[in-house]
Amino acid sequence: MERYTIAVLVSNKFGVLNRVTSMFRRRQFNISALTVSETESADTSRITVTFDGEELKKQQLINQLYKLPDVCSIRELTTENSVSSELLLIKMQNDPATRDDIRTAADAFGAKTMDYSRDSIVYLLTAESRKIDDFIHLMLDYKILEICRTGIVSLEKGADTIRQVTNL
Amino acid sequence: MLLSGADILVNTLIEQGCEVVFGYPGGQILNVYDSLYLYQDKIRHVLTAHEQGAAHAADGYARATGKVGVVIATSGPGATNLVTGIANAYLDSIPMVAITGNVMTSQIGSDSFQEIDITGITLPITKHNYFVGAVEELADTVREAFRLAKSGRPGPVLIDVPKDIQIAKCEYTPAAPVPADEKFAAKEIRIQEAATCINAAERPFVYFGGGLIAAEAQEEMLRLADKIDAAIGCSMMGLSGIPTDHPRFLGMQGMHGHYASSMAMHHADCIIALGGRFNDRVTGNRAKFAKKAKIVHIDIDGSELSKTVPAAIGLRADIKLTLQKLLPLIEEKKQEAWQHTIRTFREEEKRFSDQREGMTPKNAISILNRHLGENTAVATDVGQHQMWAAQNLVFRKPRRFISSGGLGTMGFGLGAAIGSAIATGEKSVLITGDGSFGMCLNELATAVSSDTPVVILILNNGVLGMVRQWQTLFFDKHYSNTVLADRKTDFVALAKAFGADGVRVQTPEELEEALTKAFDQSHVFVIDCIIDKDEFVLPMLPPGGSMDDMIVKVGD
Repeated sequence: MERYTIAVLVSNKFGVLNRVTSMFRRRQFNISALTVSETESADTSRITVTFDGEELKKQQLINQLYKLPDVCSIRELTTENSVSSELLLIKMQNDPATRDDIRTAADAFGAKTMDYSRDSIVYLLTAESRKIDDFIHLMLDYKILEICRTGIVSLEKGADTIRQVTNL
Repeated sequence: MLLSGADILVNTLIEQGCEVVFGYPGGQILNVYDSLYLYQDKIRHVLTAHEQGAAHAADGYARATGKVGVVIATSGPGATNLVTGIANAYLDSIPMVAITGNVMTSQIGSDSFQEIDITGITLPITKHNYFVGAVEELADTVREAFRLAKSGRPGPVLIDVPKDIQIAKCEYTPAAPVPADEKFAAKEIRIQEAATCINAAERPFVYFGGGLIAAEAQEEMLRLADKIDAAIGCSMMGLSGIPTDHPRFLGMQGMHGHYASSMAMHHADCIIALGGRFNDRVTGNRAKFAKKAKIVHIDIDGSELSKTVPAAIGLRADIKLTLQKLLPLIEEKKQEAWQHTIRTFREEEKRFSDQREGMTPKNAISILNRHLGENTAVATDVGQHQMWAAQNLVFRKPRRFISSGGLGTMGFGLGAAIGSAIATGEKSVLITGDGSFGMCLNELATAVSSDTPVVILILNNGVLGMVRQWQTLFFDKHYSNTVLADRKTDFVALAKAFGADGVRVQTPEELEEALTKAFDQSHVFVIDCIIDKDEFVLPMLPPGGSMDDMIVKVGD
């Protein structure tokens, strides 16, 4: 099992997200992260999907996605060819005994305090997924109340864009 | 001109070259039916007994002509009744446009009467589908649907048209039929690689599927086979692609294929696969499939390349254009040793072949063969009779074997036979079993009312024969729910009740006489041909087995 991230440029119409994710369901891939948003053009949306699977089945999936009329292009994103980022919101229990330790860790990771109450603190961290994983791992030593992360957004390095890819 | 959505829809169908539609009216498609009434001199509507029959008829029409088949149904149950027919067309890559009515746009999403999310339901069984949200989009949506249905790898497309869109008016400008997307050959360097691989072959085997018929590349394929002295076999979907009696043709291979064809494929050192998809019925156990062969696979659908078995060379391209460029690069060779091996396989096959006299399934098909014209389309249902037909029918023209391959839809045959008879303008034949026929025999009403001459040969064994065969072989003869004799259906009386004619036969002589009568007159004619319940389809590759596990005789 490998972890893959692909970006799919699609027509910005209702139902298209369903068509794309339906292909993952039919091939029994579990999507671990998904982001969708409009792009520089109002006609297209960009779907970024992270999932686990086998190389051959992943290739099959990409081939099948290409057959959807609403799919314009697909790019597989790796750490070598792309930059990526993710956003984390994490709510910690605000306990006087651990407050300072949590703050030290948050400062070290560059997490920003978004909300502060008697019983809880909410931090925001924008970083690469691995760094977010590390931060969550650290927070496991304390009482985590809730976590929400956005999933990866990713762009190709350099002047290369997804629109230049029309086939694999 | 200013027209209603319904008129625009029907006009666009006519403009796209659609001459016949199959369907069934209902509340949310009434406006379209009003337009069909208005334009009845330009487009024929065939009313079926059930929407499933209409979908299969449109499918059969498309298979026999290569044109896009069109089916129309109302919302809700009308739409869901199409589902099996659409899925059937999807799995066999048949160009089809399905049009459904739906409730007013303002009522969508409120679970109103006969409202169903048919675009959601058909998402995984269509190439694409549309929900038309504005009458201004309707004509172009229909045109786009036709383009998609026939371009690349063909398939079904559904258009859901809410009632208010059928009523709303807008300007309609007629357009020319949309052409399919331009076809393309593989890149020269890749064709060169394929040529190198093929030129190195000593035991070449050409395996083709339905894609060869869709690409109309039979001639190029035969030239290639001649040049490299190859044996030829096909999947069930490839049948009728080339004349059955072609000297290089070993017949269908696979689970119930001809022994010589399966053996030749198994022993080949190079398999040239043209428009086939190495389905599990073709390969058996994939880990043991054709281990000695390098596979050169050409298919218009890139996702089929190396999907189930790895291809040494996979070319996503039009077969005809690619073969035209490939042929000059191929060295002409004679493969004496290979041809000797093929002859041995053929002789072995003869030894296993069923030589019995009397009312055997093989003899029934052989007698039928003598009555078929070269243009006669033969449809089947699914089960033992389908395999006996696939093994023994003699074809002379492409698009004349109309059978459900991928989905294996019992009940497909009668609708499809009606559609293909309308397509060819000639009598068509349905070979069916008592089980399959029981599923959709209501379409007898359609054949009679539309005056479509269909000869129906029921190979009646009083059991669900294919399931029974598996129960005999793999389930200790536990004949769970496969005995139909208790039904006591009198198919001859049934035919007469529907306004058709029919006769029961028990001997080859009676069958001969019945077929002569059936082909001589213009009625729908049912022949209830009684055969033994323990006839087997042989040879048989057990599921998950390889060539070494092939069952060629009962008792093996």
